[in-house]
Amino acid sequence: MAHTEKDHIKVSAQLESEIDGLISHYPQKRSASLMILHRLQEEFGYLSQPAIEWTAMKLELQPINIYELVTFYPMFREHPVGKTVVRVCRTLSCALGGSHQLHSHLCRKLGLNPADKGPQNTPDGKFTIEFAECLASCGTPPVVMCNDDFYDNVSTDQADKLIKKYNQP
Amino acid sequence: MAEEYRLILKNADQPGYTVDIDCYQKHGGYQTLKKVMAMAAIEKDGKVISPQEQIREEVKVSGLRGRGGAGFSCGLKWSFVDRRSGKPIYLVCNADESEPGTFKDRQIIHKDPHQLIEGMIISAYANDVHLAYIYIRGEFPQGAQMLVRAIEEARQKNFLGKGICGTSYDLEIYVHRGAGAYICGEETGLLESLEGKRPYPRIKPPYFPAVLGLYMSPTIVNNVETLCHVKHVMEMGAGEYAKLGTPNNTGTRIVCISGHVRKPGYYEIQVGHATIGQLIHDFAGGLLPGRKLKAIIPGGSSAKVFKAGEKFKIKQKDKDGHEVEKEMDILDIPYDFDTLMAAGSMSGSGAIIVMDDTTDIVEALGNLSDFYAHESCGQCTPCREGSLWMSKALTRLNNGGGRKQDADYLLKIADNIPGGRTICAFGEACSWPVQSFVRKFKDEFEAKGAAAEIKSGQTATMNQ
Amino acid sequence: MAEIASQKAPADTPPPVEMVRVRINDMDVDVPKTHPDPLTGKPVPTTMIQACEQYGVEVPHYCYHPKLPVAGNCRMCLVEYGLPALDRNRQPILNDDGSPKVQKMPRPAIACATPISPGMEIYTDSPGTIEMRQSVLEFLLINHPLDCPICDQAGECKLQEYSYEHGQSESRFVEKKVHKPKQVDLGPRIMLDDERCILCSRCIRFSRDIAGDDALGFVNRGSYNTLAAYPGRSFDNNYTLNTVDLCPVGALTSKDFRFKMRAWFLKETKSLCNSCGTGCNTLVGTREEVIYRQEPRENNAVNSSWMCDYGRLNYKWQSSENRLKTVTAMRGDIREVLNWSQLLGEIIPRLQRFQPGQIAFIGSGQMSTEEVFLFKSLAEKMGGLVEAYSSSGESDRLLLNADRLPNTNGLRIHHFTTSGQISPSSTHISEGIKKGAIKALFVIREDVTAHGISIDLLESLELLVVSDIHRTPATDVAHYVLPGAAHFEKRGTFVNVKGRIQKFMKAVEAPGDARPEWEFLHEILHKATGQNGFSTIEGLFNLMAQKVSALHGLTWASLGDLGVQIEIPDSR
Repeated sequence: MAHTEKDHIKVSAQLESEIDGLISHYPQKRSASLMILHRLQEEFGYLSQPAIEWTAMKLELQPINIYELVTFYPMFREHPVGKTVVRVCRTLSCALGGSHQLHSHLCRKLGLNPADKGPQNTPDGKFTIEFAECLASCGTPPVVMCNDDFYDNVSTDQADKLIKKYNQP
Repeated sequence: MAEEYRLILKNADQPGYTVDIDCYQKHGGYQTLKKVMAMAAIEKDGKVISPQEQIREEVKVSGLRGRGGAGFSCGLKWSFVDRRSGKPIYLVCNADESEPGTFKDRQIIHKDPHQLIEGMIISAYANDVHLAYIYIRGEFPQGAQMLVRAIEEARQKNFLGKGICGTSYDLEIYVHRGAGAYICGEETGLLESLEGKRPYPRIKPPYFPAVLGLYMSPTIVNNVETLCHVKHVMEMGAGEYAKLGTPNNTGTRIVCISGHVRKPGYYEIQVGHATIGQLIHDFAGGLLPGRKLKAIIPGGSSAKVFKAGEKFKIKQKDKDGHEVEKEMDILDIPYDFDTLMAAGSMSGSGAIIVMDDTTDIVEALGNLSDFYAHESCGQCTPCREGSLWMSKALTRLNNGGGRKQDADYLLKIADNIPGGRTICAFGEACSWPVQSFVRKFKDEFEAKGAAAEIKSGQTATMNQ
Repeated sequence: MAEIASQKAPADTPPPVEMVRVRINDMDVDVPKTHPDPLTGKPVPTTMIQACEQYGVEVPHYCYHPKLPVAGNCRMCLVEYGLPALDRNRQPILNDDGSPKVQKMPRPAIACATPISPGMEIYTDSPGTIEMRQSVLEFLLINHPLDCPICDQAGECKLQEYSYEHGQSESRFVEKKVHKPKQVDLGPRIMLDDERCILCSRCIRFSRDIAGDDALGFVNRGSYNTLAAYPGRSFDNNYTLNTVDLCPVGALTSKDFRFKMRAWFLKETKSLCNSCGTGCNTLVGTREEVIYRQEPRENNAVNSSWMCDYGRLNYKWQSSENRLKTVTAMRGDIREVLNWSQLLGEIIPRLQRFQPGQIAFIGSGQMSTEEVFLFKSLAEKMGGLVEAYSSSGESDRLLLNADRLPNTNGLRIHHFTTSGQISPSSTHISEGIKKGAIKALFVIREDVTAHGISIDLLESLELLVVSDIHRTPATDVAHYVLPGAAHFEKRGTFVNVKGRIQKFMKAVEAPGDARPEWEFLHEILHKATGQNGFSTIEGLFNLMAQKVSALHGLTWASLGDLGVQIEIPDSR
């Protein structure tokens, strides 16, 4: 895999000092991996190879040590995603409460494939839709997260409103 | 009629109750911590017993059992900690709530975070811990922020940091976010994740957390709800606390009810003071109109399913302490640790999933198996290969490619995974649903397979 | 880079290890309570698998390797076991005959990570154990491509072997297999087939914990877990080929050996690596006089179970076009081919013509200890000077030594230097030639033009006899050229940098008329002095051991397969 993105990421001094703060929470630097990756993803939208390499360098690790994590955890993304990532809970209680129908509805509404469970981006780069495993709000199904915002008891009408809400430029 | 008993969630849903420390303190928050920090060593039978030892003894006497899933005695867990290693002791709060059906820790974290912090500080003090972490699942970003803020507030008030409450005791708590992995709920997987590695559960022996935990140091991993209970044990005293619930199943428990009920939600009860039937009917409002009960998963998705109408012979002690065997319908089983275990399932993380007669049971199991196939860390062979194998077989069965023999085929796969063949309990977690669903609803699995065989036979005939 | 623990000699004799009695199947055995940890050397509790291995009871396994940290992931070594039953007061419960009652444990244990304890019973072939083993194998095979006919590992594959011994003939699996990357170019010497990989992590642990290059890892999750190096990073440390040895299946293959030869056709010969002074023990795989591969052979006093890639692949010269295959003599401008008896008939009288001090014998750290001994004896008989040169390169902290000759210490025990020090070059030979004091050179296995003796000087000599295995600038101008044998083509010993004398055995025939140097040196010595007394390498070694103080008391047989530590005189 060659570097398709620019070969460097620009980590501002402020961001780096924030990251240094995170590292200071642990007696061993490596522990800060997940927290740094969250922070970088928040900043850059996804975790490019340069971001992975920067993290490894920062923690005095090998890039493979970080790559092993990025590919393990579904919340981390190796590729650019839509401005709003919509995660629909897939697991049993939500499924019993209609989450699969909700997922299909959202996909159709955004012109995506309802049969595809994995992340799908809309061509305009505004949305990414994917199924997520149990989001731990099984009493209020179906449950959806739009980026860090949490929504429960989401009817199709509310789903349409959410799309409108997050469709702002 | 059974009633709720709100201890942990006493304040959480009260109008006007907020997550601010002032609000918490107005409701008596941090009083228990102050009381604990003021405890002095006592002398008993010529031995000096430190405040820390006294707290640990209280927790042991309270009978508090872990609320995360295994129901292991908290006091006993603490007693395993190697206190002579010379290495620091760590406390980690397991806030990775991810057992499908479970959403109780979410309520505590989002509605009463200081209760958790106070429980943690007391637990840390009791175990000479100076550095503690809250491992919170990645999908709770707001919860993580709330905890960070609560920690900061507690620090401002000198409940955290250096010289807590004017004593010489120091403690830091940090919030560590996961990133979407059920396996991080397994305590040694969690520790690996916290060390920045792939969350592969550790082999035991030798890596028992109480001896070789975080950074190979003695470590205690407790669930959110468990740590909150520690606060109440110390507030009420072990004796009073142990009066809640039933013998060996003390205290209260937040039960999460989801699926096909009218009022899904979380209900805090005294352990064993409500039956499964009461929980479903009295608390959760019963089934939807015109529906019949089909199945109940009593303790989170890993727990073995109960089929409606199943009866169990359960040994119980009567009023005079004599053991008597009683036949019980699943709905009459008191919701506690021991009775559910005796009925061949478990109360696990305290999550009941109800399925009515509209449920396609093969699809329901397919849904759960997809979850386990997705969440298996893949470290050890039986779980890695078996979980995906079962999920693929069920997908085939649900998509019209089944065979009558698939029921037995699934059982054979599932029987080769649990029972200590895997590194961690995920092996049990992924195979128990398959074993119990297929064994108890075998006719439905066989019918689906047989129907597909007939259909493909017809297709074959037509194509001739 | 991690040091190999077993290479560290203990300062004192360790205290005797306490023994523990356990039962393996029906056999009562005593096992040391602890074993040294493979990385730190510190005593750690003995595990079930170590106890079984000590008594020859095989517990099938994939991820476990005695030289690596325990992972416990393959679950192949799961066994049922029992422990002495205890009553409520933790006192042993006894059988009617007074023996302790043993209770079978409800859950199995992995033999690789479970410490033994007194009275433990390990059941490696109980029906329950066998059933678990079969199910693990079934799981490992469902997503495996089963491409044994085209797999290099076939014949030495643990998956194949255990399937034959413990598996079922039919798979129940009817789903689609997981597909993963194939023919992954992992590094300059390694190919990876991820579909064959059983995710045992041996290669990851070796690279991280032994080679000190944390280059490999697992990416993705669950059944999709995939062994990988970081994208764009080459797996290219000097120890990568050890992962091929460690790989229990055909996932990691050596580019050098891929598709060259089926493993079961290979004849394996115990040998030594001659690429540096470490003297890694090797197995040379040959078929019909062709070397196909070199692999490390376990010797805990030298190389543990490893060798470096440089040394492992440094065998092609044995079959190079440049090999000397004929005995030749220079007649004017013409190089004439002779046979060995013609040659010996000509050079012995010519060598004998020189006065003491007029002839110098230049040897090499590539010669066997026995050959150096004979060469030195010849020099002494003829009153000649002796000299040899060092050759060095970069070293690492694992196995590759800066001394790039396998037998510099072999030169030292024979004091094979007149200048007193084996160095890259010395002036006294070239000065001697320039001054006319030295009129003849007898050189074995050394291109002296690389050590300060120019072609012009060589051409000014009255007699230049050179024995080598490859053509060099020196052989081009020599009056007589004697084709020698590579260490693969003869038997002998090298003394490594730590003073361990070790044997190498003959793997292939020398090409053409080439023959072992010790043979023709013995003939020259015999013809020149009338001395005799041996006709085999064993006889030669035993004679040498009597005469050379560093070797007193040794015999060829006493060296065994792993060699013997000796004292090296003045190690300058």
